[in-house]
Amino acid sequence: MRDDLALISRWIPRGARVLDLGCGDGDLLAHLQDDRQVNGYGLEIDQDNIAACFAKGVNVIEQDLDKGLGNFQSDRFDYVVMTQALQAVLRPDSILDEMLRVGREAIITFPNFGHWRVRSYLGFKGRMPVSSALPYEWYDTPNIHLCTVKDFEAHCRERNIRIIERQVVNRHHRSGRLTRAWPNLFGEIAIYRVTL
Amino acid sequence: MPETIPQDSVGLVQPQTLHVDRPLELECGRVLPSYDLVYETYGTLNADASNAVLICHALSGHHHAAGYHSADDPRPGWWDSCIGPGKPIDTNRFFVVCPNNLGGCHGSSGPGSQNPETGQLWGPDFPMMTVKDWVKSQAQLADALGIRRWAAVVGGSLGGMQALQWSMDFPDRLANAVVIAAAPKLSAQNIAFNEVARQSILTDPNFHGGRYYLHDTYPRQGLILARMVGHITYLSDDAMRMKFGRDLRSGRFHFGFDVEFQVESYLRHQGETFSRNFDANTYLLMTKALDYFDPARECDGTLEDALADTRCNFLVMSFNSDWRFSPERSREIVNALVQVGRNVSYAEIDTPKGHDAFLLPIPEYRKLFGAYMGRVAEATSNA
Repeated sequence: MRDDLALISRWIPRGARVLDLGCGDGDLLAHLQDDRQVNGYGLEIDQDNIAACFAKGVNVIEQDLDKGLGNFQSDRFDYVVMTQALQAVLRPDSILDEMLRVGREAIITFPNFGHWRVRSYLGFKGRMPVSSALPYEWYDTPNIHLCTVKDFEAHCRERNIRIIERQVVNRHHRSGRLTRAWPNLFGEIAIYRVTL
Repeated sequence: MPETIPQDSVGLVQPQTLHVDRPLELECGRVLPSYDLVYETYGTLNADASNAVLICHALSGHHHAAGYHSADDPRPGWWDSCIGPGKPIDTNRFFVVCPNNLGGCHGSSGPGSQNPETGQLWGPDFPMMTVKDWVKSQAQLADALGIRRWAAVVGGSLGGMQALQWSMDFPDRLANAVVIAAAPKLSAQNIAFNEVARQSILTDPNFHGGRYYLHDTYPRQGLILARMVGHITYLSDDAMRMKFGRDLRSGRFHFGFDVEFQVESYLRHQGETFSRNFDANTYLLMTKALDYFDPARECDGTLEDALADTRCNFLVMSFNSDWRFSPERSREIVNALVQVGRNVSYAEIDTPKGHDAFLLPIPEYRKLFGAYMGRVAEATSNA
């Protein structure tokens, strides 16, 4: 399993009700089902991924996140998870609101655009940053709403969203002295647990 | 039959008949004292009878879902695209059972069969059947075959409604319900199309109040019209445009009412073929069963209430060009199941083929269907 998914799964207690937005091939939910007996559903639009979820016995619903979560009732879930998709949706602010409407807590991960390598790519090369966390060219990137750790936290303050837990890690999903001291400069992936 | 039977066909098959002497109490209040169910099976039932899959047919379907009846059979069963060795419903792994529903016209008791109490043909006196009644009769078939619990109950359109009804009426007797191109109830528009079909049969002078058998005739024109209007709703606008466009049979206008456009020719052909092979009373009865289906109403509540006691896993699939039972209707089922915490998965297949797509060998559809059924088979062998 991906390291960020392992980090997230530690936050989810046994028997929780989980919605995973952009669940991919269902790895996180399969793990949570086996290990924590969660009642989980994934949302996904890629049919290869959907077939992979079927084969794993993971509940998956074909649904486009940009059309919102209006089909789910408020407080239906304990945790709504979205890994590495916030930057790819049309309106990250509305999806965040929706996550906190249908779930008690939201768990979100995104690539930190404030990382020093990204800054220097733009600053020194004058080109749009391309890296292992952001492997696309400017014209074909699905990442249309990139943000930094500071941007995200400012948005949470504005909307009165409370940050329960934060992990900012390097590309190997480890945190060290640097990522703890200057997360917006040395963190490559930001992982948040938030609530209203 | 083709020159050689394809590798992925179940091959030559034969229908069987179950005679049930136990009376069947029907939703309409009447009782069917005894009845016949004709059915086919494919594959082998395993030792603990845990690999059985029930196929429920749609409006004009029957028990012959896969394989060929004889060497001269020009076409295989109606769902041969999905049932067979290596196909989504893999007969190497599953024992597949497909009955003809009561009220049908392909061998099971229906308007065209004999009323045992009078010795006459039932005709219009055959009791009105509902989806619930069919499911009850299918449970009798399961008992007779020694199947306590289906690995899956599977159906498209009206068949999907039966799969859904199974999950509510016999929650412990199925592990999975596969509901394809269905709806939790018909819309006013759906009922309206059915009513046009019924009126065209009922007003045919050869209908004789449903006793056309006694007059040695049948409401041919009514059946043709009914099928023509039905067929339009099975195809999408795009599918018709791609298939026929505005093509003319002779290349020019004749300024008359004979067949000119290819689409007219096609519809008339479909209608005529259908009218020769289908019973008018059965068609009336089947469309009413569709109209009556409404599990939420049955429990005086919401769809969530109706599904609250279900226990099986669900797979719901729809087709984006289906306007008869559109994806939105399937999503109503999915949302209700999520709300009551049931295991449910949903996929929407991208195809221009319309409602009929559920019968067709569409690669994405077969891949997803197969992936799900593969998991069902694994769970069966581990049980």
